[in-house]
Order: sequence, then structure tokens, then C-alpha cells
Amino acid sequence: MQILKLLLKNSFRHKLRTSLTVFGITIAILAFGLLRTVVSAWYAGVEASSATRLITRNSISIIFFLPLSYKEKIRQIPGVKNISYSCWFGGIYISEKNFIPNFAVDAKTVFELWPEFVLTDKQKNDFLHDRKACVAGRKIAEKYGWKIGDTITLRGTIFPGNWDFTLRGIYKGAYKSSDETQFFFHWDYLNESMKKTSPNRADQVGWYVVGVKNPDLAADVAAAIDKTFKNSLAETITETEKAFQQGFVSMTEAIVIAVRIVSFVVIIIIMAVMANTMAMTARERIGEYAIMKTLGFGEWHIAGLIFGESLIIAFTGCAFGIAATYPAANAFGDAMSTYFPIFNVQSETIYMDIAASLVVGLVAAVFPAWRAVKLSIADGLRRIG
Amino acid sequence: METKTAIVQIKNLFKSYKRGSQIIPVLQDITLDIADNEFMALMGPSGSGKSTLLNLIAGIDKVDSGSVSIEGIDITSLSETELAKWRSSHVGFIFQFYNLIPVLTAFENVELPLLLTGLSRKERKEHVRMALQIVNLTDRMDHYPSQLSGGQQQRVAIARAFVSDPAILVADEPTGDLDRVSAKEILDLMERLVHELGKTIIMVTHDPRAAEKAHIIRHLDKGVLNANTQAAS
Repeated sequence: MQILKLLLKNSFRHKLRTSLTVFGITIAILAFGLLRTVVSAWYAGVEASSATRLITRNSISIIFFLPLSYKEKIRQIPGVKNISYSCWFGGIYISEKNFIPNFAVDAKTVFELWPEFVLTDKQKNDFLHDRKACVAGRKIAEKYGWKIGDTITLRGTIFPGNWDFTLRGIYKGAYKSSDETQFFFHWDYLNESMKKTSPNRADQVGWYVVGVKNPDLAADVAAAIDKTFKNSLAETITETEKAFQQGFVSMTEAIVIAVRIVSFVVIIIIMAVMANTMAMTARERIGEYAIMKTLGFGEWHIAGLIFGESLIIAFTGCAFGIAATYPAANAFGDAMSTYFPIFNVQSETIYMDIAASLVVGLVAAVFPAWRAVKLSIADGLRRIG
Repeated sequence: METKTAIVQIKNLFKSYKRGSQIIPVLQDITLDIADNEFMALMGPSGSGKSTLLNLIAGIDKVDSGSVSIEGIDITSLSETELAKWRSSHVGFIFQFYNLIPVLTAFENVELPLLLTGLSRKERKEHVRMALQIVNLTDRMDHYPSQLSGGQQQRVAIARAFVSDPAILVADEPTGDLDRVSAKEILDLMERLVHELGKTIIMVTHDPRAAEKAHIIRHLDKGVLNANTQAAS
């Protein structure tokens, strides 16, 4: 206990220097935590994917449509439990800066395929029976102050014109990882319009969402679907929802890699700062270490004092950094909810914070400890006269 | 006349330092016996090798050749780890500048060597109180070094030196940083340690008045021990 007391007293002997170092580590851990959370948020869609859902899209590209007639053919394939379809609408709410992921969906089946989007029975029913109805996630409804019954107008980009919808439901995510920022409306409403204005774009869907009976047979079902449409006018690619989401993420892989690198650079920088602090500390205390050696404290004791002090400073900064990460992530997540619908600090991030602090504390102490251990007592005593 | 057994036996000791490619001899062929319960002063001009000899006796420096036996143990053959353990129970150090740990109170400074022993907290507390009582500082045990005078700090350092009950105390200019009154107090205290606690003290000093307190005075000059042994008054 006395050694721990000495460690604590030593750690805060130079209050200003220690405070600045702790502050630096706090900022570094905060930055590291936020950057790691950005990376996690980037993969949130992939992580939230279901193993029982397959996505069938046009083999040329996601921007090419598939005929509605594929629906029944896919349903007939053994292993398929249910099927739904969607289409990226790309509508703008008031201004381009208000990004909302909006989709035309098959109202009858969408919530069957996405049970994680929870809607009350009444709202579900209201949505189903109103062709101009829409459903929005809790987060965007809160963000824009939408209430049930409000009329929401989206300006179409892929499908030109102003599109009015009536908000009939606000869904909540069943899990922490569920996206609560999406906006759905009836594909039928879109299709009817297309039939009138652009008949060649009617009866087309963006992709099919296929529920499988057994996740272990997902690969076989996917292969069977693609085989069915081989050599047709619109060949398909069917993949798991995870792979589908991963495909989107991989388009921006370079950004993710850059964020990852920056997060580690932050740690390396603070490691250098911390090493400098510990080098100064150990240099100032060489005489004291020599005195302790004369009292019989061995090399391990001296090294332990230096490593202990370094770890106390590193973990103090880490604790403050972690404590600051949660409110900062909440604020950041709210501000960036359009781009990161799920911005939760993962437990893995906290473990990485702790591991990073441990590494910083240990690495910063290695050289000073080595010097203090190697220095002879006589040389140490000479430095203090 | 009573013959005392030698607690320190030094035989044909040589020590030199390297400065670049140059080898500077510091101690040459030192042979010296120090009897148990003796208070010996080691005098000599600066650079004569007094502190080096003290360091070698205390096992904090390595000899080039020769042997240093303390209580029958040849400490030149001990490893660094063994030496550290040996020092904790056999030697106490008193320095010119006290060298107390500034962030620890007088009590905690004195307790420091006892942390290496197997004593319980209660036992350590008793030992520390007793040591501080001997140096007459029980009323200052919660004070930090910066709150104590030079003489008081040196008394704390002395308490730290003997709290683990070593047979030998080595003192390097223990009064060098003190005024005359404080120096006298320290020397009286060291004398008491010899007479009342049976310690052997080896003290390096420049001060003839300090040396007078010793039983015996040895002189070093240019690394060579003067053959004459001077009995102090």
C-alpha cells in the first residue's frame, strides 16, 4: 500500500506537467474513441445485417432495375420463405443537405422482412391502407419534428416531381444497432405514377429482399435464384445482406482506412508526448532511485516505480478520455445522424482505448526504466552531490 | 585490552575509473579492518578516494580487484540482486544532503526500508516510532522534508538508516551541510548509536571537529591509506 501511495504521490508531484500529460492523453483517447466509433458506424449496416435475408439485384449494377415479374419466380425457388422488394427513390426533403435514405417498398411485406423495424399494429394498418402513406424512423421524425398525419413532400431526383406523403407511422429499432433514420413509402404509389409518366420505367424494382427458411442454405438459395435468371435480359446477383452492405462500404474503403490510420497516429503522437514526460521525470529522479537502491530496493522495484507511474498517468487520461467519449459520441452522432444513423460507442472501442493506454504507459516507461535500472548507484549519487 | 572482532575486512583492494580511454586509479592496494562497534572517521583531501572506499564498503560500487568482507560475507562476489538484498539488512546510509524522498512524510521516509522486510504494518509502525523517538522527532513524524530544518532532515535520514537494524552505518559528510549546532547534535546522535545500539559507523568527513567524535581516524591520500591510525581524543 505504501508503494502505491508513493506511486500516486510521485505521479502528481509535478502537477502542471502531469495535468497537461493527462489532458493530452484524454484528448487522444477521446479522438481515438470517436474515430474508432466512426469506423464502427461505417460498418453498422453490415453488422446489423440479417443472416436470413438475401438481396437480389441486377448483375450489371445496383442502378439497373429488375422486372417485377421476377417476384413470383423467386418465391417458387426451394428454401425461399418470403420476398419483398424495394427501390431507391433518392428524394430530397426541402434541401440537399437534409439527406434521408428513402425507399419505395412493398408495403404488404416490408415489415415482415425487417422485423427489427417496430411499428404498432395501428400504424402498420394505417400505412397499409393509404397508398400515399409513409413511415419514418424515430430519429428523423424527431429531427424534423414530424408527427403522425403530417404531410411530407420529397422532391424526386431519379423520379422527377414533388411527391407528397402522409406520415402514418414512426418505427422504432428493435435493437441498438437498428437504423432509425429510414423513410418508406408505397412502391405501388410510385409505380402508378410511372405508368402514367414513364411507362418504360413501370413495373421495375431496384432489388428483391428474399427471406430464407434456413440461413445455412442461403448460399444454395442465392445460387438457385441467379441460375433461374441466367441468360435473361436482366441477370441477377444474389448475395447475403451482409455482403450487399459490405459492397457499399468497400466503395469507401479508402476513407475507412484513412480514419483507421489517423486513429493510430493519434496514439503514436501521445505515446511520444508521454515518453517525453516519463524521460523528464526519470531524469529528475535518478538521484532518488539511487537512494532507494542504497536502501535495498532492487532493479525490479525501480522499474516498477517508473512503469507504475507511467501507467497511472496513462490510465488516468484513459479514464477521463473514456468518460468524455460517450457524451462526445452522442453529440457527434446527433450532429451527423444523416450520415451515421447508428453511432454507438462499441464495447470493443473501450477495450481498444484501455489497450492503447496500456501500450502508451508501457512503451513510454521502457527507456526511462532501462536507464534508471542500468545506472549505477555511485553515478546516481554523484548527480545529487 | 579487549580485542574486538573485525566487522569489515578489506584486503588488497584496487579501484579505478575510466574517463574515455584514460584509466584513473582511485584506490590502490587498500587493506583495512574495522572492528565491530567502532566509530571510524575517514579523512583526506578531495579526490583522495574516501567516498569511493565508503561506497565499496557499502556494496554500491564494484571493486577492480581485492575483497571486501562484511560480517564474514565477501560482498564482491554478490550479484546486483543479492547486493540489494544484502544492503537492505546490513548497511544504513547517511548522506550529506539527507536525500529524503520529498513527497513522503518523515514517518514514511523512515518506513521506506522496512517495506522490503516481512514486517506487518503494525510492526513497521512500532519500529518507525521507536527510531523517530531515538532521534527525538516523534512530534514531526507527519511533516514533509520541506517542512523540516536541515538538522531535523538529517535526523530523519539517520532514523531511516538504522530503522532496519543494520550492523553498519556509512555516513558521507553527514554534517557537511549543517550549521555548527546542528552538526553537533548529529554527531552526538551518531555517538549514541554506537554506544547505545552497538552500531559500527564509518564516516567520511573533511571536518576535524566531526572526526574528533570518532574512535579512530584513518587518512586517505591519492588512493592510498595512510599507515598511521590516529586515535581520536
